[in-house]
Amino acid sequence: MAREITAGELPAPITREQVNQLQRKNRRENLGRSWYKFSRNPLSVIGGATILVVVLMAVFAPWVAPFPEHAQPFTDFANASKPPSAQNLFGTDEIGRDILSRVIFGFRFSLMMGMIVLALVVPTGVFLGLVAGYFQGGWLDTLIMRVTDVFLAVPPLILALAIAAVLEPNLSNAMVAVSLMWWPWYTRLSYGLASTLRNEFYVSSAETLGASKFHILFHEILPNMTSPIFTKMSLDMGWVIIIGATLSFVGLGVQPPKPGLGTMMASGAKFLPDQWWIAMFPALGIVVVVLGFNLFGDGLRDLLSAEGV
Amino acid sequence: MTEPLLDIKDLYVQFEVYGGRLEVLDGVNFRVGTGEKIGLVGETGCGKTTTMKAILRILPEPPAVIPRGEITFKGRDVLKMNSAELSKVRGRGISMIFQDPTAALNPVFTIGQQFEPVIRYSSPQNRRLSRREIREKAIVSLQEVALADPERLLDSYPLQLSGGMRQRVCIGMALATHPELLIADEPGTSLDVTIQDQVLRLLRELVEEKHTSVILITHTLGVVRETADRVYVMYAGNMVEVAPTPKLFANPLHPYTQGLMQAVPKLTGGGVAHGIPGRIPDYLSPPSGCRFHTRCPHVMDICRREKPPFFSVDGGHQVACFLYDKSPEARRDEAVAA
Amino acid sequence: MRLLGFLARRGFQSVFVLLGLSILIFIIARVLPGDRARTALGARAPQWVVDRLREDLHLAQPLVAQYGYWLGDALQGDLGISLVTRRAVTDDIRDFLPASLELVLFSGLITAVGGIGLGILSARHKDTWVDNIIRVFSYMGVVIPSFVAAILLLLLFGLILDWFPSIGRLSEGVPRPPKITGFYTVDSLLAGQFATTWDALKHLVLPAVALALGSLSQEARITRSTMSDNLSKDYIAAGRALGVPERLVTGRFLLKASLIPTVSIFGLDFAATLSNAFLVELIFVWPGISRYGVNAMLRKDLNAISAVILILGITFIIVNILVDLGVGALDPRIRLRGARSD
Repeated sequence: MAREITAGELPAPITREQVNQLQRKNRRENLGRSWYKFSRNPLSVIGGATILVVVLMAVFAPWVAPFPEHAQPFTDFANASKPPSAQNLFGTDEIGRDILSRVIFGFRFSLMMGMIVLALVVPTGVFLGLVAGYFQGGWLDTLIMRVTDVFLAVPPLILALAIAAVLEPNLSNAMVAVSLMWWPWYTRLSYGLASTLRNEFYVSSAETLGASKFHILFHEILPNMTSPIFTKMSLDMGWVIIIGATLSFVGLGVQPPKPGLGTMMASGAKFLPDQWWIAMFPALGIVVVVLGFNLFGDGLRDLLSAEGV
Repeated sequence: MTEPLLDIKDLYVQFEVYGGRLEVLDGVNFRVGTGEKIGLVGETGCGKTTTMKAILRILPEPPAVIPRGEITFKGRDVLKMNSAELSKVRGRGISMIFQDPTAALNPVFTIGQQFEPVIRYSSPQNRRLSRREIREKAIVSLQEVALADPERLLDSYPLQLSGGMRQRVCIGMALATHPELLIADEPGTSLDVTIQDQVLRLLRELVEEKHTSVILITHTLGVVRETADRVYVMYAGNMVEVAPTPKLFANPLHPYTQGLMQAVPKLTGGGVAHGIPGRIPDYLSPPSGCRFHTRCPHVMDICRREKPPFFSVDGGHQVACFLYDKSPEARRDEAVAA
Repeated sequence: MRLLGFLARRGFQSVFVLLGLSILIFIIARVLPGDRARTALGARAPQWVVDRLREDLHLAQPLVAQYGYWLGDALQGDLGISLVTRRAVTDDIRDFLPASLELVLFSGLITAVGGIGLGILSARHKDTWVDNIIRVFSYMGVVIPSFVAAILLLLLFGLILDWFPSIGRLSEGVPRPPKITGFYTVDSLLAGQFATTWDALKHLVLPAVALALGSLSQEARITRSTMSDNLSKDYIAAGRALGVPERLVTGRFLLKASLIPTVSIFGLDFAATLSNAFLVELIFVWPGISRYGVNAMLRKDLNAISAVILILGITFIIVNILVDLGVGALDPRIRLRGARSD
């Protein structure tokens, strides 16, 4: 093998443009392959479809909901507490509002909660975990991970409840409260990933070549941690939505008359069992959203973990 | 050889998988006489382990299916046995040493805890023994496989032992049932060469001493040459050749066997070992006729159409290849071809 | 000796975690925006009362000093006065904690037995209708929020079918057992009041099942997947090949090896159990510490909130140490290396 290679034998150097083209082609192929595998699993497709439908309904709520004005302060005592009918598919609540319309608007709050919390939590948590994992053994690692341990020592919902209680009870404070409790989970996840990845060959070769810490963290390590993080995000959307609904149910989240799903369940619970529909349809709404994100997340996990092997 | 100890006739094993059935064993014929030492060679993935697991009925069913065949042990068909009869065959009739001793030992039980039921259920008398007596027997078994300090070993977990020790423990356990037939599936392959050699020598001595019949699976031909009375060569779910060991090495007949022999580097001859080009075919849609025809240098028309039966060449040397078909029809075919 | 070492190490770590937790609680109770004294007393309280409370809480002093006072009091077992019940918070906790513990322990029992049982059943009958039903059930159990499950159970078995009492710990007119452990079921048994035991048990069923449902489903899923993974391991085949009876192979040998992930996830699930207890106690009007906590939160009773978080944090830490001990007992790989590697 130790034969000299002459310049004439070498293939023509590849241009930057060609590299980009190849990368684009690879990415397209990978995407196609992933989609094929994902679409072979009916449950994850159902999950994905559920999410899509819920998101569309939430976005276009004013046009989709049969009585959009019922999401506002509104009373119609003549139609109060009507069971499900052709007019009101999910029935009406104790002051005559259409429950279907309110559930559709309720999706808005749930999805908003999930998206904003994750948008706050994921970058923070991942960044801290990445830094702590890469500088493992240093004071930064100790500091970050010990603080994380403290947060993880208490069930997140309990601290979120406490924070939401101390602040004024409303949706944005609920989001703040949940976010303050949720980042440590991402820190722990990415800490584990980063502390394994930092021993990879490509990281040490980048170090040897004198790459900056910034480059190593964000161009070498971070891109390789995305799969588990995305999977966790999809599953967490469900959990955050549950926690949001829980806070609303207790009275520390979305405040009436706004149609939070948990809020509606709490006020409907008073009318059980006779007027079951007031509490049960919002409950069903929560279950459907959470189920969608879980099925999707499980599908994603199978897909990404199979790819890793 | 009056009545064989183990007689496998026309055995088929398939695996149900997503997208179809893997036709792994394709009419295997195989015999072990009492007291005989059989070598079984073939590439990885050719179905050696599957055949052995089928004998003991420890293939996971499903996905494994056995649509056809007979596995007769001491005159009784294993495939027709109920679980009570089967439990009499397993252990005291036939026992097995697995390929990877680390995987074959349960990580969360001590060696002693794993020895106990093996010895206890290996004979009706042992059932009634006290723990202490079982332990004594386990100690004897460990001493047989030349392990020092057996008392302490029995209280250790597999992860506290070295690979070679685990392999010895597995051999000790397999022999603790005093089986009539011992299946040794590539013992020591996962160990380094010197320890592998020790383990094999030990195994050979033990079976010699106890007059146990043995099936030794390996892909190292040297080991077979030293150990086996007869050798079976397996390819892609078929037995392709069987012969008494000296005959096989002196005169390999099947093109696959010839390829295998050439693949072994010879210390004396010099020159580079030749492999067999190609690889084991896909079991989902195996080649028609002779499964080796896709790689065979002497392939003929008939090989693509028909599956070769065993042709007897001379005293116990049989080969499943149309090159050795001396029937009148075959001669006529040859004449036509010429 | 190894066990003692482990306990000492974990105890040492726990002290630091608790110290951190106390800082966290202090931040929630004191540092987050708002006038603590005014919030606590409400808008209508006269100014001099507010001022006195501010004095009592050392609110005028720097935060570090405030924390010092607070921690000093807490270490002496003084967690302050509840502004709602007007009693020492520690007294309140002494009254409310046993009810919660009884509920949580009972639900833990249901989780362990039910989750492992269903998981084994599912794995044994893999890909049959039994397995499919259990899988759908456990998936729904994971996805349905506990308060939805609690309401459904209350509705169906408490109100419509009327099989179980729906609220509280005991029916009216049933004599209360003497306070020994604070667990009604245990105390009434000790006192020989069997009618009370029976009544208390019936009251426990619905809230405990509601609380257990999520973790139970999670355990069932984990048990099923580990068992079916392990079923194809060589040591199972080896056990069979050497003539070990099937009931030992899949009973004893497979089970112990398969329960390790199930037990280790129990610690994580316990966080969910403690959280969900808040809602379940609220819905079933269970006089426990979580319901006390929710009421404290709704009324901004900061001393009570801090105490509840502290107590639940301690409980969670203890349970996780127990879980680690359990995993160590099952898995020699962890026991011999001395640490969990996750």
